[in-house]
Amino acid sequence: MPDLSTFADAAAAPAELRGLLRGLPPVDQVGAEERAARLATRSIKKSAKAYAIDLAISMVDLTTLEGADTPGKVRALCAKAAHPDPADASVPKVAAVCVYSDLVGEAVRALDGTGIGVASVATAFPSGRAPLDAKLADTRRAIDDGASEIDMVIDRGAFLAGDHQKVFDEIVAVKAECGDVHLKVILETGELVTYDNVRRASWLAMLAGADFIKTSTGKVSPAATLPVTLVMLEAVRDFRAATGRQVGVKPAGGIRTTKDAIKYLVLVNETAGPDWLTPEWFRLGASSLLNDLLMQRRKLTTGVYGGPDYFTMD
Amino acid sequence: MSERLSVRKTYKLFIGGAFPRSESGRTVIVNDAKGRFLANAARASRKDVRDAVVAARKAQAGWAARTGYNRGQILYRVAEMLEGRRGQFVEELRGSGLGKAAATAEVDGAIDRWVWYAGWADKIAQVTGSANAVSGPFFNFSTPEPTGVVGVIAPDSPLLGLVSVLAPVVVTGNTAVVVAAESAPLPAITLAEVLATSDVPGGVINLLTGHRAELAPWLASHQDVNAIDLTGAPGDLAADCERAAADNLKRVRRPVADDWAADPGTARMTAFLETKTVWHPVGI
Repeated sequence: MPDLSTFADAAAAPAELRGLLRGLPPVDQVGAEERAARLATRSIKKSAKAYAIDLAISMVDLTTLEGADTPGKVRALCAKAAHPDPADASVPKVAAVCVYSDLVGEAVRALDGTGIGVASVATAFPSGRAPLDAKLADTRRAIDDGASEIDMVIDRGAFLAGDHQKVFDEIVAVKAECGDVHLKVILETGELVTYDNVRRASWLAMLAGADFIKTSTGKVSPAATLPVTLVMLEAVRDFRAATGRQVGVKPAGGIRTTKDAIKYLVLVNETAGPDWLTPEWFRLGASSLLNDLLMQRRKLTTGVYGGPDYFTMD
Repeated sequence: MSERLSVRKTYKLFIGGAFPRSESGRTVIVNDAKGRFLANAARASRKDVRDAVVAARKAQAGWAARTGYNRGQILYRVAEMLEGRRGQFVEELRGSGLGKAAATAEVDGAIDRWVWYAGWADKIAQVTGSANAVSGPFFNFSTPEPTGVVGVIAPDSPLLGLVSVLAPVVVTGNTAVVVAAESAPLPAITLAEVLATSDVPGGVINLLTGHRAELAPWLASHQDVNAIDLTGAPGDLAADCERAAADNLKRVRRPVADDWAADPGTARMTAFLETKTVWHPVGI
């Protein structure tokens, strides 16, 4: 665990930030992958499975991030977020709906009174290639329209070029724009290449003030993987031990089946601990996952296998 | 030279174009007619049924979208491959107790049956479809369309019976999940090897071996299966399956006494077709 006593004010001391990130212990790649694979073999059955499915539904950030998104599609998604299975009122609602910043207003109106958050991607999502003032304007617009959570992307180019300070300063600036609004920082781990980079980027984002660290945009393959999430969960655990501040984790992209979702929940419980096992501290960014969760839930309640014909298309 | 070790075949399931073991890891011992050990066959579980239905659903749209002519070509190719393995099928049927002449007759019958159904691929629409006379300025057509995913409980006749229930289901564009004959499952898996090497897209035909009474109810109650053929299900099981199938209004083909050597007619194909009628305005 890094010694944070010398890290008084990173913004004022670039050399210290660099030293701290370089000083992070390297990730044992084989160990991380084996640990994630081992935890993925856990068998979760019956009542534990029912609990896990409901927990996973309540953690979903129901996402639509397409060029073809329309206000109508966003309204349909919001209706599904509030009542995932209209035939069964015992199904919990999802945590948030995640849209592009220009559709935030539509989502806020559609979700009024449901208690479901509206997350907006911002800062030139998904590439992050724009001047800082454009990124800040993007963020401000989403917040003015009523977004309760901002999903920003980091400048991967600057990070890979070694300019950690630039990435840090951008996150600090966006966080200042956000104020009380929750800030999720997308690391885009598929472009960071190594687990060591994932660990460094996680610490960088947390030190800069992120409330959540998120694996990916969903636009790059590989998106979320179990080992990457393991590394990030270790980072938030260590960060809380070092500073006392708790930061959430959100894997996103490529999580499509109930089995996948349960693997992530096991990973959270075994790595960061049960404190993270709530929608407040762990989210699953997904769109098609919800239908599979609902299908598995109905299998548990009715005892027969369901089919996609009986759930909404999205 | 030392004596060769025997190379025994592992009989597995056929799901989505691959040969997986049962998810449950279980096997059943298959004996020949005299009670001698033949092989271990996989004993499928309800989760294998689930996986097979997912594979069949995934393959269905693409299979139905092919032209009838192309489906016919592919099924004829299956017959070619069957022909190439005649000797192997005869041996396997003899293992299940048939004499050499009877086994040869059954294999020939199965190949001929397959060719016969393959020929129907681009002809069934002409026979069951129609251009309807209507009193208005419209062309009005009725065309047959496949039902979707069909569950098949295969009869005890291990090859001719299997071919006679399977070919009519898939020739029209349905995909199938088949529970093979419980008493003699080995020819079904050898047929799967034929299917895997003859251009049939993965998932169009899925073959499971194991206990009918264990697998059929899951297939019958599955909400994503559109029809079920209960030919091989004994009385009580057939009644239970029909009851479960009613839940999502599956088409059900009840078991009737079949003579597999007789001319099959088109009934088995039309049982799993739906008719779509389209109106086209004329002169606009």
